Amino acid sequence: MPFEELSHTADWSLRIWAADLTQLFAESARGMNALTGTKLAESPRVQRTFSASAEDAESLLVSFLSELVFFAEQETLAFDKIELKIDAREGQSCTLSATLSGANILSLNKSIKAVTFHNMQIHQTERGYEVDIVFDV
Amino acid sequence: MIRIQDLIRISDNEWEIPQSLRGDMRGPVRIFATRKLLEQILGDKSLEQAVNASTLPGLVGAVVVMPDMHQGYGFPIGGVAATRFPHGVVSPGAIGYDINCGVRLLASTIEMDAALPHLDRLATLLNQYCPSGVGVKGVVHVNVPELDRLMRAGSRWALKNGYARENDLTRTEENGCMEGADPAKVSARAKTRGREQIGSVGAGNHFVEVDLVESILDPETAAVFGLHQGCLAVQIHCGSRGLGHQVCTDYVQDFQSAVKRYGIELPDRELVCAPMDSPEGQAYLGAMRAAANFAFVNRQLLAFSARRAFEETFAGKLKNWHLIQVYDICHNMGKIETHAVDGKQVKVCIHRKGATRAFGPGIPGLPPEFQQTGQPVLVPGSMGTASWVLAGTETSMLRSWGSSCHGAGRTMSRSQAKHDFRGDVLRRELEGRGIKIRAGSMSGLAEEAPEAYKDVDSVVETVVAAGIVRKVARLRPLVVVKG
Repeated sequence: MPFEELSHTADWSLRIWAADLTQLFAESARGMNALTGTKLAESPRVQRTFSASAEDAESLLVSFLSELVFFAEQETLAFDKIELKIDAREGQSCTLSATLSGANILSLNKSIKAVTFHNMQIHQTERGYEVDIVFDV
Repeated sequence: MIRIQDLIRISDNEWEIPQSLRGDMRGPVRIFATRKLLEQILGDKSLEQAVNASTLPGLVGAVVVMPDMHQGYGFPIGGVAATRFPHGVVSPGAIGYDINCGVRLLASTIEMDAALPHLDRLATLLNQYCPSGVGVKGVVHVNVPELDRLMRAGSRWALKNGYARENDLTRTEENGCMEGADPAKVSARAKTRGREQIGSVGAGNHFVEVDLVESILDPETAAVFGLHQGCLAVQIHCGSRGLGHQVCTDYVQDFQSAVKRYGIELPDRELVCAPMDSPEGQAYLGAMRAAANFAFVNRQLLAFSARRAFEETFAGKLKNWHLIQVYDICHNMGKIETHAVDGKQVKVCIHRKGATRAFGPGIPGLPPEFQQTGQPVLVPGSMGTASWVLAGTETSMLRSWGSSCHGAGRTMSRSQAKHDFRGDVLRRELEGRGIKIRAGSMSGLAEEAPEAYKDVDSVVETVVAAGIVRKVARLRPLVVVKG
């Protein structure tokens, strides 16, 4: 799995890596599901789409993951198939459009209250793109 | 990484990181801790975060951190920072996602011996009437217009709708309503998250607890507060639920561009801020106050539910089973206050994140009965351990921005606690000590293992020795309800 838990005194933190930015976003969502221990029902499957824009890739990532937090809390939905189109060229506003496929949440161990900007910096490493995310739980 | 050599020892209980440590600091960091607690504190990044907090534009005096401090996300938990009104900044991250997370204490004259045969039933009823846990809804659902009225009025809404008594409001910080709340500045998404959560505890380290007032160290002040030795009391710890979380999320996101507009450079994006008198700053303050009022109502409805549980348990069996409010305090809040700085009275925005207001005697805004004693300062310990009722002092106004600690403070990560402890074993241990537990999640229980926290007695001894609070009473838990 291209993510690992990092130690944080009061909250939860993940490090995620992927070959490109789009994959990084998708793996961040999967990491969040793993962190919360989210188990999905087998059916019925549901689909949601949404778009977001932000001034940089980190803000876009926070917007994207915050949308997933909202779906989990308000509609008891989580997603295991994530298709994303991301445009994050430097010097321009970043945009994202997402098509999400998932189902009702059967169970989860904890809920994420918010996605923070703390220590968030998407950067390139030998693994591709990498980011640390701290979640308020 | 901050090392002990970087600190100046002021006393056994007070240390300072000088402003000269880093070029972008606008003031020093004042740390209330013993040497032993400091060694624990140096185990995470909380002091680095305190240094980062000292870079906020318009900072006045020192950033103050309490002995229960630990690493947060941007601003340390257990931290207090003052910024000059009106041109200094306000920072949502320095107040926190759970706006007006706080504690309410209610007292009774129910003696332990009389209560003991009924504690199991009381625990079950509290668990039933005070919804807790992941994804759980509240006891009251409102539509958006009603939610707006609730956010404007705070506890007055609860009084009008039959959920509160007058004394509950006078015995709450700000009388249960932050003036200047602006529900129009709260997003539709935040309202959607909050409108069905009113009267719910949440999860994590939030709880409803029945305690025994085990010992009273200041009988005169305890009498003013309404505490009776050997009798039951109730603590309620929770905040603004999804509504507050969303308000903070919205404004931390908004302020990412605000800092660029105002030419503000910060070492951590979670510290983003805007001048208080800017449109962005005013919008956040309006939304934050609205969320704070939501939290006051949340705790008020849980108090109402706790009273219902007490009535069903004890009415007809005991002569007086009523719960009377001692006080309701806030941990995560931004307030405009006046403090003495270099001999002058200065208006500042006090950011408290995981820190409790601890106003001393004679401070305006306290109820008349607390003018001689100072306000109650409530310090719940970690699960299964003691809690403390303290009183604010004149020294707190001079040394700590009228603030004190808020709890025991974590020392261990949640993942480590889950690895080292098992919820079912912990539950059996606590029940073996006579503490009734109603917990929705065993892994959540493991995360809250007492060993994951500092020793609350040591934390309290430190702030008492520093003179910023004084001891009034010690409580021990009998029933714990958590998600």
